[in-house]
Amino acid sequence: MTSQPVSAGASVDARGWGWRHAGRDGWALSSVDIHIDPGERVLLLGASGAGKSTLIHALAGVLGGDDEGESRGELLVNGRPPEAGRGQAGLVLQDPDSQVILARVGDDVAFGCENLGVARDETWRRVASSLDAVGLDLPLDHPTSALSGGQKQRLALAGVLAMQPGLLLLDEPTANLDPDGVTEVRDAVGSVLDQTGSTLIVIEHRVAVWKDLVTRVIVLGADGEVTADGTPAHVLGSAGERLAAAGVWVPGFPPAYPVRRREAPVELLLHTEALAIGRTSAVRGGIELEIRAGQALAITGPNGSGKSTLGLTLAGLVTPVDGRVVADGLRGGLGPEPIAWRSRDLLTRIGSVFQDPEHQFLAATVRKELAIGPQALRLGEAEIARRIDELAERLRLRHLLDANPFTLSGGEKRRLSVATVLATRPRLLVLDEPTFGQDSRTWAELASLLAELLDEGSAIVAITHDAELVDAIADAEFRLAELVS
Amino acid sequence: MSILAPIVGPQAVYRINPVSKFITAFLLSAVLVLSIDWVSASVALALELVLFLWAGVSFRTFVARTLPIWIAAPLGAFTILLYGRPSGETHLSFLLVHITDGSIELAIATLLRTLAIGLPAVVLFITIDPTDLADGFAQILRLPARFVYGALAALRLIGLFLDDWRSLELARRARGVADRGRIRRFASQAFALFVLSIRRGSKLATAMEARGFGGSTPRTWARESRLRWPDAALIVIGVLVALTAATVSIATGHWSFVAAQ
Amino acid sequence: MTATTTARPKVTFRWRVVDIVVAAVIGVAAGLVFFGWNQVYNPLTAPIEAALPGAQALLWGVWLIAGVLGGLVIRKPGAALFVELVAATVSALLGAAWGPLTLEAGLVQGLGAELVFLVFLYGNWRLYVAVLAGALSGLAMAINDLVLWYAGAAPAFATIYTISSVISGAVIAGLGSWAIVRGLATTGALSRFASGREA
Repeated sequence: MTSQPVSAGASVDARGWGWRHAGRDGWALSSVDIHIDPGERVLLLGASGAGKSTLIHALAGVLGGDDEGESRGELLVNGRPPEAGRGQAGLVLQDPDSQVILARVGDDVAFGCENLGVARDETWRRVASSLDAVGLDLPLDHPTSALSGGQKQRLALAGVLAMQPGLLLLDEPTANLDPDGVTEVRDAVGSVLDQTGSTLIVIEHRVAVWKDLVTRVIVLGADGEVTADGTPAHVLGSAGERLAAAGVWVPGFPPAYPVRRREAPVELLLHTEALAIGRTSAVRGGIELEIRAGQALAITGPNGSGKSTLGLTLAGLVTPVDGRVVADGLRGGLGPEPIAWRSRDLLTRIGSVFQDPEHQFLAATVRKELAIGPQALRLGEAEIARRIDELAERLRLRHLLDANPFTLSGGEKRRLSVATVLATRPRLLVLDEPTFGQDSRTWAELASLLAELLDEGSAIVAITHDAELVDAIADAEFRLAELVS
Repeated sequence: MSILAPIVGPQAVYRINPVSKFITAFLLSAVLVLSIDWVSASVALALELVLFLWAGVSFRTFVARTLPIWIAAPLGAFTILLYGRPSGETHLSFLLVHITDGSIELAIATLLRTLAIGLPAVVLFITIDPTDLADGFAQILRLPARFVYGALAALRLIGLFLDDWRSLELARRARGVADRGRIRRFASQAFALFVLSIRRGSKLATAMEARGFGGSTPRTWARESRLRWPDAALIVIGVLVALTAATVSIATGHWSFVAAQ
Repeated sequence: MTATTTARPKVTFRWRVVDIVVAAVIGVAAGLVFFGWNQVYNPLTAPIEAALPGAQALLWGVWLIAGVLGGLVIRKPGAALFVELVAATVSALLGAAWGPLTLEAGLVQGLGAELVFLVFLYGNWRLYVAVLAGALSGLAMAINDLVLWYAGAAPAFATIYTISSVISGAVIAGLGSWAIVRGLATTGALSRFASGREA
């Protein structure tokens, strides 16, 4: 008989609580006053950078000690400071890969129990029931590296559950997942809550996902003070518009779709002939695509279906396993296949924006970053300065020109990576998940920028699982089916 | 972590405690490294090859995984051949190069020695599962659990780092800087890898702390690691091989202590 | 939990979880970089050795970066040693030719750097300390290699090898690591460490 994961919900109290990171002048949160009853399910909203994450980390007891910052006021979980009761709060973070601790599924879930000093037999009982509660029906020695994003997040949830916490803290748990993964995780959380009656605090900027699961919505303002608090219907009704303006995806207040001047497609820039893609052996074959100036092609499909590889192959970065990519409309005096071009030649013909902007950062300041492409083209100083100015203006990066690219926020990094590509004015842009995990404001900006580029005559290939983006700007869609391995 | 995934099989060697394999490899190397002579190295090598057969590692896997040793051994030996301490008849000499009887003998000894030390290490290590090794270090050798499991978790990220490295390379081609300057590009990529990996590490540390890691509660072990008699037997076998090689070498008068060179 | 401390963080020698994991991560990344470096430098070794035998050690400061870098980033006792050991372990697992003795080499090299940091009481992390740590690490590597692997080499070779190792350690591992840490600090990756917070 497996033991039921039983844990009564924990209560949360914050009285005038504030936190300041070491080495900073301002308080990340200056005065938070919240009371949460056991068993309540709370959705925490607010503009990016409002300190929501800090609050959640503090409740989990992982903010760091005196050497990392100072606090004021009181923060209590079940009447005790968070650090005093390790294991009473369980935290699930945003990045699926950075939360997997051990190589086998069973071991990973058992990790928390080992740390809390739970006896061996009881540990494995809890492992079995936790995996069951989140719906992960896998053998205990299944390798964790072979899990999908949604599975990894559910694994993290199981690992947290095995500690039998009274408080479940989720920090943007579905932001990095494809639509299937999002539903998986949301359902798993729902099932866990039903079984355990734990208290829930979840941060997410996609409200629609959690709206029906939570009983209460709390909105934090810029300093951490509570600006709205009540049932979902009440808060979204009264503050819905304000929240949407701040970047939250509020159902009923969608971001504005860009208006496109769709003309008849003309020039053929690139096409493929019986293209087969893959790493070493063909994962997909017989692909025939056409990309025309002024048109956007969306490549869609579930995770792992080879979308990114296709994008990289079209962009001339990865060699086709079979068949050809022919860029007659782009070649400008070079051979027909982009893979054979030098990397300098790619700059003015095909621009690639990677899924993780940080992979493309080369310089120590934003200004230098923007200059790299033009410098590789041997443009003159004046021309380079002009282009940087233009891009900084267009992509709202002017105030960041002297900052280090790695210190930018998620949306700013995304804008910078697009800007660096635009600096050399390629006619074809290949973007890998450009709207991944972005709030609604950044989404709207990117969508309108892409629409502008299309109207100016560029072509776009967007690899995405964002159905709204496909709706908003795509002229054609190429769907890759799930790979059967 | 496919690059580090252990190979599995039914033979006894796969069930032996990794700590015991580790100790065996270490003892073997420690004894063999003490002398640079072809007798001890070749005796050890011969005995080891017999044991490899018993271990049941497939020939293909064996060659594939031990390839770096087959490359490094002759290279090291070649260096000694050219620049070894001269003695006996000189066969070739110009600038600082002196190929002599002495250096030829030392070169052969170096070659065999590198093989004798490196090969068993690889064969033993490729059958070790890192998690099991960590359990052994923490439970049997009583090394501090925080360091052992912290390192284990970081080790698991290798697969992600390799993916990152691949993306970093492609990104440089996309940014127009991949045509020249290979070393500079390598340095820039290495730096970016450090940034990305430290970020990941920080997030991983938070995740581990959130599961109660590093606290003051005494830890329990979900997987037991114990030394049983097959584990001890392996260590004994290793010691016997090392001692046999040393004895034969001393008895035939070839033993030549390294520090005495 | 009311605050009573001032804004300046206090220095402690106890290792936090983030210290352990990031130290291990630096070691793993360094081990991978070593592996990659091997592929790149192999063609360079032979001509350098042909020109001046023993001077190929000028390239081998890369092997020592782990220890000095670890010490400079983590700033706790044992950091240099721990990071070198992890890097050596990764190197061994990826197929280094010296088996478990790779670990012993890592231990010796790490100790070299660790000693320097110890002498400065784990409180001085400036450039000259880093260079010294790299240099001593290089010396330790040279002694280890000459005794175990190049036993029987002629004195000229041994001398050139040692001097090259020390120089390489000082420049590549010492100066190099110090520059890397400064670069890392500006990216904000070290925000949880003292090394990331000072100007």
